[in-house]
Amino acid sequence: MTEPATVLQARGVVKVFGQHRALDDVSIDLRAGEVHALLGENGAGKSTLIKILTGAYQATEGEVLLEGQPVRFADPLQAQAAGIGTVYQEVNLLPNRSVAENLFLGHQPTRFGFVQKKVIYAKARAVLATYGLDVDVRAELGSYSVAVQQIVAIARAVELSGKVLVLDEPTASLDRNEVDRLFDIIRQLKARGLAIIFITHFLDQVFAISDRMTVLRNGKLIGTSSLKDVSPTDVVRMMLGKDLEILHPVSTAAEGASGPVMLSFDGFGKPGKVAPVTLDIHRGEVVGVAGLLGSGRTELARLMFGVDTAESGKVTMNGKEISLRSPVQAVQAGFGFCPEDRKADGIFGDLSVRENLIIALQAKLGWFKALNRDEQLEIAGRYAEALDIRAANHDMPIKLLSGGNQQKVILGRWLAIDPNFLILDEPTRGIDVGAHAEIVRTINRLREDGLGLLVISSELDEIVAYSSRVVVMRDRQMVAELHGQDISPKIIVQAIAAQHQEAAE
Amino acid sequence: MKTRVLSRLISPQTMALAAVLLVNWILFPGFFDIEWKDGRLFGSLIDVLNRGAPVAILAIGMTAVIATKGVDLSVGAVMAIAGATAATMVEAGWPAHTAVAVALLAGLACGLWNGVLVALLDIQPIIATLVIMVAGRGIAQLITEGSIVTFSDPTLIFIGTGSFLGLPMPVVIAATLAVLATLLVRRTALGLLVEAVGVNRSAARYAGISANVLLLAVYVFCGFCAAIAGMIVAGDIRGADANNAGLWLELDAILAVVIGGTSLLGGRFSILMSVLGAVIIQAMNTGILVSGFPPEFNLVVKSGVIILILVLQSPLSATLFLRAPKAKTGASK
Repeated sequence: MTEPATVLQARGVVKVFGQHRALDDVSIDLRAGEVHALLGENGAGKSTLIKILTGAYQATEGEVLLEGQPVRFADPLQAQAAGIGTVYQEVNLLPNRSVAENLFLGHQPTRFGFVQKKVIYAKARAVLATYGLDVDVRAELGSYSVAVQQIVAIARAVELSGKVLVLDEPTASLDRNEVDRLFDIIRQLKARGLAIIFITHFLDQVFAISDRMTVLRNGKLIGTSSLKDVSPTDVVRMMLGKDLEILHPVSTAAEGASGPVMLSFDGFGKPGKVAPVTLDIHRGEVVGVAGLLGSGRTELARLMFGVDTAESGKVTMNGKEISLRSPVQAVQAGFGFCPEDRKADGIFGDLSVRENLIIALQAKLGWFKALNRDEQLEIAGRYAEALDIRAANHDMPIKLLSGGNQQKVILGRWLAIDPNFLILDEPTRGIDVGAHAEIVRTINRLREDGLGLLVISSELDEIVAYSSRVVVMRDRQMVAELHGQDISPKIIVQAIAAQHQEAAE
Repeated sequence: MKTRVLSRLISPQTMALAAVLLVNWILFPGFFDIEWKDGRLFGSLIDVLNRGAPVAILAIGMTAVIATKGVDLSVGAVMAIAGATAATMVEAGWPAHTAVAVALLAGLACGLWNGVLVALLDIQPIIATLVIMVAGRGIAQLITEGSIVTFSDPTLIFIGTGSFLGLPMPVVIAATLAVLATLLVRRTALGLLVEAVGVNRSAARYAGISANVLLLAVYVFCGFCAAIAGMIVAGDIRGADANNAGLWLELDAILAVVIGGTSLLGGRFSILMSVLGAVIIQAMNTGILVSGFPPEFNLVVKSGVIILILVLQSPLSATLFLRAPKAKTGASK
């Protein structure tokens, strides 16, 4: 078998921003028909490298070769025309235009200067059919799920470019089925001979789909190798330069170790949202919640925090019945909640890191017991250190921090109220490996400190690693509670998947 | 610390005020003359403060509302309602303090109405407050039964035209209110919580902040401020004019807040800066009057100055100012 042709190559690329060398002598080569994973922690230089390959930045030194010829793209449009298409995590399309228009925007087939709608629709249907996507191409793009939008974005990039496809965290907001579907498409494009760069935080996905990988750290090239030759531990070691315990998922949280019942939800539910759930939370335990997107796991969390008001059942805390009709009441009872959508429901983008850290405590104290500046500085300093929050200073707006650090701030905000019960909804989604490990460590530490935690996650390995018990949600119902030896990805998947077997019968 | 105070003093707002005052002085050399007569201060500068007081008071309430990402269009109409209430009551023989209290209650009630629409019914503030902006003048006319109610009650007149320690009463009221409101929001957690609601109402709810109660409170406070401004205007002309009292002043109040640097997108706010904004607006108005230009110029000049201030505040100018020193270090390398 001959070595496949190299399509796109970067040689000795250096990129300097002011004093900072974002990329230092990095080389990468992409072959036709391969999926090449680009790995590294946040700030490793992945996006800088991608931006140089796609023409958004120009390299300070070094060169980019396309099919052996040196190229210099002034902007992404030139790169696109030369055959390099990019799909970003947050889909860069127009949600209020039709699917077909989005596919051909800027390249609509015209006759006498008029857009030929019929031709567009027919072409769009034909193009999307090759991706196994059968949607109404005349409908607004925004009316479809993120997964569909992502496929449209990929189809557009492939249509326009067709040699190299860059996928920047395409799976961050997809659920498991959608990821599988996306992978089918990636395999298909690979078979068509495209070179695909795949950026993701999920290692299992790297191993599932990629042929080779390149690891960057602090702007330097650590290495490129075939994935057949390395183990996940090797990859993480390359990315971090150190070993990470989280990759050896042993459930350290033996159920016997948890304390007395602290909180009981009895027949707690809301019609149309979550069927009545009965669940005890003990001191010093982590209850993992598994289930697909839309299974009712987030709805359960919102109900438990009073964001939505339960219409049935009751809650008792340490033997006394409590009311949970609003988050205010939940916070007074010592609950904390890290929501799934960090940007929309979590951070106060324009407020400082310090204010974001103290806001829940201040809300709990009320309007007139203001924390003075010294107290604020002390609290912010304490939790920033405890959670290793990396910010240049605590007066900068939180929106300037990376996703992982923002998540740590929200977690710190709740730790500051000295909570009894913490609900974490997808606490590690879309954050880098380092922050990920820090959050998992914190979850384990809080459990040891005697808190009750309810953690929702799509990462089964993660749930297995820290849960004392696992609750499985399906169709807005709690369908299983797993203990001890049953806490394994295999059994969780079976519990989640039972529905599909039923449907198939 | 010293540089912080200094950088605060040379904000776009203070520069604009200095420029306006300078132009006034050039056009009318007697602008800064202040004299002591009949136990109180007189002069153009005092006049600026006195005439600017109603808008400054409106701006105090408006700042809180805008900080929550809202807006209150009804303040002008609430002024008319408060003035009409106070005037009609004293004319009907009620004691002045009762009339003042009821007028303030009327303002609070209007604010509560706005707050309920915005916080509980989740109606967009611009629409919710439009209701009283339109209906409020009708209500005021109903109270005055369609006529301009004049009065001779000394207490009400004192609110509009009296003086305290040599300063006109409206200035004293506005300054007191500005200081008290600033202390209230900065010494308690209210300021931070209001900003949090303005930046992200959903996150505020998730963080356990009673966002709805806060929203109600700021609209009620805004109505209260409008009622005070309404009584000052009524006391000044010794009568309540349901049609014209406070007409279009909601726009001046919003403008004062924006000039003061509070974003219409909510979040960071400064009550004192908004008051400064109101003074800038009035300094322009007074300047054009005393310099003998026809008042038609007023609106044009005003918009010119406003554009200038807004450009200075825009992100574009911030990047221009920030980029300049950076480019220098790059060149020296």
